[in-house]
Amino acid sequence: MTVEDIIGVLFVLLFFISPVIVFLTTWWISAEMEKNHYRSIHAREQKFDRLPVVPTRSSDSRRRIVESRLVTGSVVISGGPLKRLTARFRMIIGGPIRGYEILLDRARREAILRMKESFPEADMILNLRLETSTIVRSQGREGMAAVEVVASGTAVRYAPVA
Amino acid sequence: MRSVTGVQTPILLTNLETVPGRAIRVHYGLVSGSTVRAKHIGRDIMAGLKNIVGGELKGYTELLNEARNEAVGRMVAHAASLGANAVVNIRFSTSSVASGASELFAYGTAVTVE
Repeated sequence: MTVEDIIGVLFVLLFFISPVIVFLTTWWISAEMEKNHYRSIHAREQKFDRLPVVPTRSSDSRRRIVESRLVTGSVVISGGPLKRLTARFRMIIGGPIRGYEILLDRARREAILRMKESFPEADMILNLRLETSTIVRSQGREGMAAVEVVASGTAVRYAPVA
Repeated sequence: MRSVTGVQTPILLTNLETVPGRAIRVHYGLVSGSTVRAKHIGRDIMAGLKNIVGGELKGYTELLNEARNEAVGRMVAHAASLGANAVVNIRFSTSSVASGASELFAYGTAVTVE
């Protein structure tokens, strides 16, 4: 075998292996990011444990409301090409697309947390609304769709108990 | 409501049908505000890079937040011009009107509460 042959073999190997490396690296990075995000979501959800958020229009509390204001929280999140790829495979046989389910769960919880963080002194958030809309990328069909989740509600503060 | 001195008294915003603890006196009907925003090229490049791994696109979150605030601002200005002091039953809607541009729309009912 000449030197040229060895170099040739190396190039062929590199040609086939590099996409796998890129694939595995992106997979690993996004898995780590997801883990970190969930860690932060859990920590903040615990912190805001005392602030209930309800989709009903009124609270049953007899306490007098002294302040109310509109609060919103939003997040734009994208799945990236890996989730899109796994979703494509899923679409052949049908069934739940776990990757997107997790993605939307993250987005909704994050939006609700941001809404709470915008007015942490509130005692309760009434009339929660969650809206999801797709923000289409400029590449059209081939582009990755990003999803925007908006949480809105009315934060109220009660009069202090005498 | 903009007073003579130019000081803006805050308009109460809520997505409930009434302002909790206050009675509605005057009803002015629908007020709305909207804005159509295009993405900024720098943000688009950053978001494109971020899109490789997925996750939150912070640039877009900020962009849409600014736009939503502007839509709410226009709605509030509309309500103020009618002489209302609160907007109740506020709803938001986001729709992509063209590739790369989104419309943010906020609407509600302008009222005067005591």
